[in-house]
Amino acid sequence: MRLKTRHIFLILATMWLAAGCRSTAPSRATGTPASPSTSGVVTLNVSAAASLTEAFAEIGAQFEETHSGVKVVFNFAGSQQLAQQILEGAPEDVFASANQKQMDAVISSGLISADTVEPFAHNRLVIIYPKDNPAKITALQDLAKTGLRLVLAAKEVPVGQYSLDFLDLASQDSSLGPDYQQAVLKNVVSYEENVKAVLAKVELGEADGGIVYTSDLGNVIAAQGDAQVGKLEIPDALNVIATYPIAPILGSEHEALSKEFIQFVLSSEGQAILGKYGFLPVEK
Amino acid sequence: MPPAKRWTDKAWLLLAAPLLLFFTVPVLMLLTRTSPERIIESLGMESVQQAVWVSLRTTLVSLVIILLFGTPLGYWMGRHDFRLKRLVDTLIDLPTVLPPSVAGVALLITFGRRGVIGGWIEDLGIQIAFTQAAVILAQVFIAAPFYVKAAALGFAGVDQEIIEAAQLDGASRWHMLRHIMLPITRSALLSGSMMSWARALGEFGATIIFAGNFPGRTQTMPTAIYLGFQMDLQMALSLSAILVLISLISILLVKWIVSQNSG
Repeated sequence: MRLKTRHIFLILATMWLAAGCRSTAPSRATGTPASPSTSGVVTLNVSAAASLTEAFAEIGAQFEETHSGVKVVFNFAGSQQLAQQILEGAPEDVFASANQKQMDAVISSGLISADTVEPFAHNRLVIIYPKDNPAKITALQDLAKTGLRLVLAAKEVPVGQYSLDFLDLASQDSSLGPDYQQAVLKNVVSYEENVKAVLAKVELGEADGGIVYTSDLGNVIAAQGDAQVGKLEIPDALNVIATYPIAPILGSEHEALSKEFIQFVLSSEGQAILGKYGFLPVEK
Repeated sequence: MPPAKRWTDKAWLLLAAPLLLFFTVPVLMLLTRTSPERIIESLGMESVQQAVWVSLRTTLVSLVIILLFGTPLGYWMGRHDFRLKRLVDTLIDLPTVLPPSVAGVALLITFGRRGVIGGWIEDLGIQIAFTQAAVILAQVFIAAPFYVKAAALGFAGVDQEIIEAAQLDGASRWHMLRHIMLPITRSALLSGSMMSWARALGEFGATIIFAGNFPGRTQTMPTAIYLGFQMDLQMALSLSAILVLISLISILLVKWIVSQNSG
């Protein structure tokens, strides 16, 4: 008798454990609609590049206002990290990447359809330095001065790759000379894991200069009214214009809502918010 | 054993199993996603070699610093009673519970060139932030408490009678430390230093903020794993497996040392 009770207990416990393991996984795969009836709120999960943090937070709030019962939840991180998370099965509905490369990574795994991808914003690079400009950076040539401490984003991060592309272009420019890239890279003391860390280290004055997106400055100025950094513009001919693509993720439970959100980002209202944070609008 | 007791034993095991499985399964999964061939192949990559080398170099220096400065602190905490001892004890615990990113920001604004101490050191022509010195400071900050706590416990455990007997026999202070204190506390100090070293090896959050990331200079194994996860998953998995193996071996070594000394 005692043996039987023990077995029943074991079986029940195993079943309970097994059920617990299963309950979350298939709901997404089968595509059954989430039950808005239970809570009355539909959650739209948006994975967006870290540089979009402030702009998308405002876009999300606006979107929620016109769509009652909808809650937009953002996952902000480096695009490369977001792509990895989506590939590993994170339950996301929309992906807004800071470059095409990470979008392509998700497309090639079949989780996004290539013909649904739309560019929604442009961004450009700008050189920043601490407000008191300890290294006296006033022209592009100054980045190549010996003994400077520069921080760039790591090449794994889109803005880091764009920074390297800019240095590549600059080295082909006769006024800066072919050694420019090498001289600047010699001054790099750290390749940061995201663009916000580059900005933070320059703001703290720990680095003499760094390269970020204009939108990063726009974000800081929009939030604080002023930035603790000065900026040196990179001329258009040398600047690398980043294009941000957005797309709905296949198999999402809220396909129609995802499309509505993307339409809102592309609308004049959405574009105006992006413009406010230093992004350039896409030409239609 | 009466059958009733065995029944409850089984129930306890069943209740204990979920957490135990939760600890072990993900670590095992790491090892299954890679293979010895892949690990060896990764070890041939320059970026991996650099990260392993930076990690070994910095953690060994950190360990030496932790032993040099941690032993007196551990001794003091273990052998002396004083007012505010609880406060000091809490301060020693603090780095282990602080999020490492907080530690990194704190170190940066202290030892960075705009920091109080860092600015002064910078005037001497020494740069700390973004160098291996910063990696080492971050590791010492995060990992030293493990050694200090173990050492304090070890020193506190030395029987007062043995010390008094030695004093009666006219043992000098140095003799006492060298021939009585250190041998008795050896296993505590060894296991404490192994735990400290293993923690230093895994340090990531404070390092990436305070020391930044520069391959061959400040990029440690955990930093390489973090960035590798975004770029080269295979490399990240191999490095992770290597770190798991090193950690396992060091913990086993600690257990073995302790069992040797107590047995």
